[in-house]
Amino acid sequence: MYEIIAQNPLLAALTALVGLALIFGAVLGYAAIKFKVKGDPIVEQIDSLLPQTQCGQCGYPGCRPYAEAIANGDTINKCPPGGQTTINAIADLLDVEAPTLDEEHGVESDTKTVAYIREDECIGCTKCIQACPVDAILGAAKQMHTVIISECTGCDLCVEPCPVDCIDMLPVAKGLADWTWDMPASSEEQVKALRADIIATDKPGQRDGVDAA
Amino acid sequence: MRKIWSLTGGIHPAENKHQSVQSSIGSLPLPDRLTIPLNQHIGAPPKLLVAEGDRVLKGQVLAEPKGFVSAGIHAPTSGIITHISDHPIPHPSGMAARCITLEPDHKEQWIEHRGIDNYREKTPSELLDIIRQSGIVGLGGAGFPSAVKLGPKQPISTLIINATECEPYITADDMLMREHPQDIVDGIKILSFILGDPDEILIGIEDNKPEAFEALKPYLQDTNITLVEFPTRYPSGGEKQLIQILTGKEVPHGGIPADIGIVCQNIGTTYAIQRAIQHGEPLISRITTVTGKACATNRNYQVLIGTPISHLLQNNGFDQSQCPRLIMGGPMMGFTLEELSIPVIKTTNCILAPTAEELPTPPPTQPCIRCGMCAEACPASLLPQQLFWHAQSQNYEKLEAHNLFDCIECGACSYVCPSNIPLVQYYRAAKGEMRKLAQEKINSDRARERFEFNQARKAKEEAEKAAKREARKRAAELARAKKADQEASPGGADTETNSADDIIKAAMARAAAKKASPEEQRAKLERGIVRAESHVNAAQQRLDGLEQDATDKQREQARAALEDARLRLQNAEQKLAALGAPTDDKPKDVTVDTAKAVMDKIQASPREALEKKVSTLKERIAVTEEKLVAADDETLKTALQNGLKKQRAKLKDAEQQLAETPATADQPKSTPKTEDAASAAIARAQAKAAAQESMSEEEKLKASVESLQNRLKKAQAKLTAAEAEGSEHIDAFRTGVEKLQAKLTAAETQLAEKTQ
Repeated sequence: MYEIIAQNPLLAALTALVGLALIFGAVLGYAAIKFKVKGDPIVEQIDSLLPQTQCGQCGYPGCRPYAEAIANGDTINKCPPGGQTTINAIADLLDVEAPTLDEEHGVESDTKTVAYIREDECIGCTKCIQACPVDAILGAAKQMHTVIISECTGCDLCVEPCPVDCIDMLPVAKGLADWTWDMPASSEEQVKALRADIIATDKPGQRDGVDAA
Repeated sequence: MRKIWSLTGGIHPAENKHQSVQSSIGSLPLPDRLTIPLNQHIGAPPKLLVAEGDRVLKGQVLAEPKGFVSAGIHAPTSGIITHISDHPIPHPSGMAARCITLEPDHKEQWIEHRGIDNYREKTPSELLDIIRQSGIVGLGGAGFPSAVKLGPKQPISTLIINATECEPYITADDMLMREHPQDIVDGIKILSFILGDPDEILIGIEDNKPEAFEALKPYLQDTNITLVEFPTRYPSGGEKQLIQILTGKEVPHGGIPADIGIVCQNIGTTYAIQRAIQHGEPLISRITTVTGKACATNRNYQVLIGTPISHLLQNNGFDQSQCPRLIMGGPMMGFTLEELSIPVIKTTNCILAPTAEELPTPPPTQPCIRCGMCAEACPASLLPQQLFWHAQSQNYEKLEAHNLFDCIECGACSYVCPSNIPLVQYYRAAKGEMRKLAQEKINSDRARERFEFNQARKAKEEAEKAAKREARKRAAELARAKKADQEASPGGADTETNSADDIIKAAMARAAAKKASPEEQRAKLERGIVRAESHVNAAQQRLDGLEQDATDKQREQARAALEDARLRLQNAEQKLAALGAPTDDKPKDVTVDTAKAVMDKIQASPREALEKKVSTLKERIAVTEEKLVAADDETLKTALQNGLKKQRAKLKDAEQQLAETPATADQPKSTPKTEDAASAAIARAQAKAAAQESMSEEEKLKASVESLQNRLKKAQAKLTAAEAEGSEHIDAFRTGVEKLQAKLTAAETQLAEKTQ
């Protein structure tokens, strides 16, 4: 055996390489079938990052279609309800530079709004019910409609179809449950607030204004 | 001596507890008004049971628990409810919330209430319900409803009573233990019963409260309650930390103590439960420490829930000018109060009014130097400096990975930080943000679900509509097919169409026949005319034959036949005329001529017929006379003479008839000559028609040219005669000649073309 290899080094090397190629090819082929990923997982991941307001401000009929569009190479800065947080998250996921929000599609709003129907003006036309992407409006033909606030995403798609303009987008009242602690001011801001003449050796109580602050 | 475990990390801040333990628990005069927030606990707000203007008694339920994690509230004293409105509440946000404002009537009139003499006769769930209805929540600081905490699903092996009170300044629990040891021990026994008498009951107390320790100790004789003293170190009083110190066990991440068979209760809560079970008193007051150098007296008070802080402070010589910030809770975990009208609530264990020297404003933050002191101080074994970085960069994923939510916000890291970084504030903000994001995530997931359901529903509706349309279409097709079948089976649509087709075909064939063969038609008509002429002739002859010896009836028959033949001839002529201008005039002319002749002959009768008869008879007589002259045979002569006689008699008759018949027209139209000419013309036409049938086209043309030439000659002769006579019909003759000439030239050119 050894002698044959020694006598035909080229042939032996070739045989060995071809053999290895066949083995690995078979393993890879098996793995490709066995561990095949169904569907496009990236779409699911992007969709889970989007705010699901289904508002269509991105130009797509809902969040999932936009997620699909992003997966197909669309820009990630078309979602005003998600804002910079969403853009950053998607950029992080896709490992790209995070752009700023495209103003063309709207401006990021700090206050979350929900639709509110002025019920005594409602004529019961059901147009808003049909427009609502999340079935958050309750009512029937010729009956007064009302918005289920907890289900409203604030997409304002119901405002335009209303023939009597009885739908307002009102900011959600912030209660105790929504309150959170603010981030403390950065050291630079603190220094600015205390007059910018502080030096490292300054001790508390030695400076004017500090105690009163 | 029981083994104790040591606390991980921790700090030793100045205790400052001695100021407020100098005097016993005091009581305050009733304030002018009590403001009781509806929601003083963790969980759902209770359901309001009173209205503005109601008079309530002390201990009366103002709001009952709504939902599982909830607690009710009770009137701290008797009085009138003046307002139910939003009022600032003790909360770091400084926000307002729904509060009941009660104006005391100073009667302290209790609602009827009764304690349970022997709680062991009740079931644990009954006792839990009393606790729930009494509005008891964790008085240590968090305010979690105690009934929920005391009713775990897991089996409990250890009950821990938290008497640690590790935060500086606060001495409420210390004073409670000193003054009410018996009640506390009774309360512990009740808790033990509710929890199914756990194997181990521990009271954890720091070694900085020897008086309380000594006060409790005598009451624990002959009980299975163990009083465990351990070294003072902040924050030993944290629930998880205390469990670790006393049992060495750690509450799992994201879990509760019950998961490891432990229930932990604050000593103040234990006392409140004892009051509720054995005295029937709901939670309407608590012990609160009022301390700080800005207050003249530092002391613990039994304070009614809802008492304004201003009332507390006024009764303790509070100097607001000395106090830059008022704190509720301890210096480590408390929060600053913005207003003095804020009331004391169930979780208010301390009102701290420090001077600026006592609790200075933290100096400006310096950058983190990565010294690691915070990590050493952290009682939860976290990495505060890492959490700080990630909180600053809002990297919530990393914060999650570093177990931010295990942080108890004790403030030990901030306390030790040499750079004065408010670390806890970063964590609190980050936690809030993360909770918000988590909530948004839940909301967005639900929105997605609803959106997908909405889409699916719309798609389904669309599909159903399409299916219905399809079904309707198919039904309509089926109905149509069925109808067609029904029609086909008896009379049949096919046969109908076939018959229609046939009819159309036949009509088309007829039209084609009409159009296609004018030649044939003409020939046919001509033949018809010929036949009619022969019929007329035959009828005439018969009539003639009948002349002599026929009855009137026979004559009538003959006349009818003649009339019939004449009608047919007329018909044929009309048809021929309707056929239009023929290409070949000859046969028409001939036939017309003959027909005219025949017509003349027919129109002549009866007078003309008689005249004709007369003339023929005369001729016959003449012929017979000639024969008689020429005859030499006698018999022949006599026969001829007889015949002559008869003929003469006939002639006489005819002449008589003729004379009798009124002479309508003087001028004898029909003469024997014309009759002859007519019959000759008919004969000629017949001969020609017969000849033409066998002739080729060229020959026909030649013949027609010849006949035309003849006719032209005749016409010219007539014209010259007419000119000579000076006839009034000269113009008609002239046009006739011209026409004939035109026809002749046309025929000649045709012939020339054909021959070429």
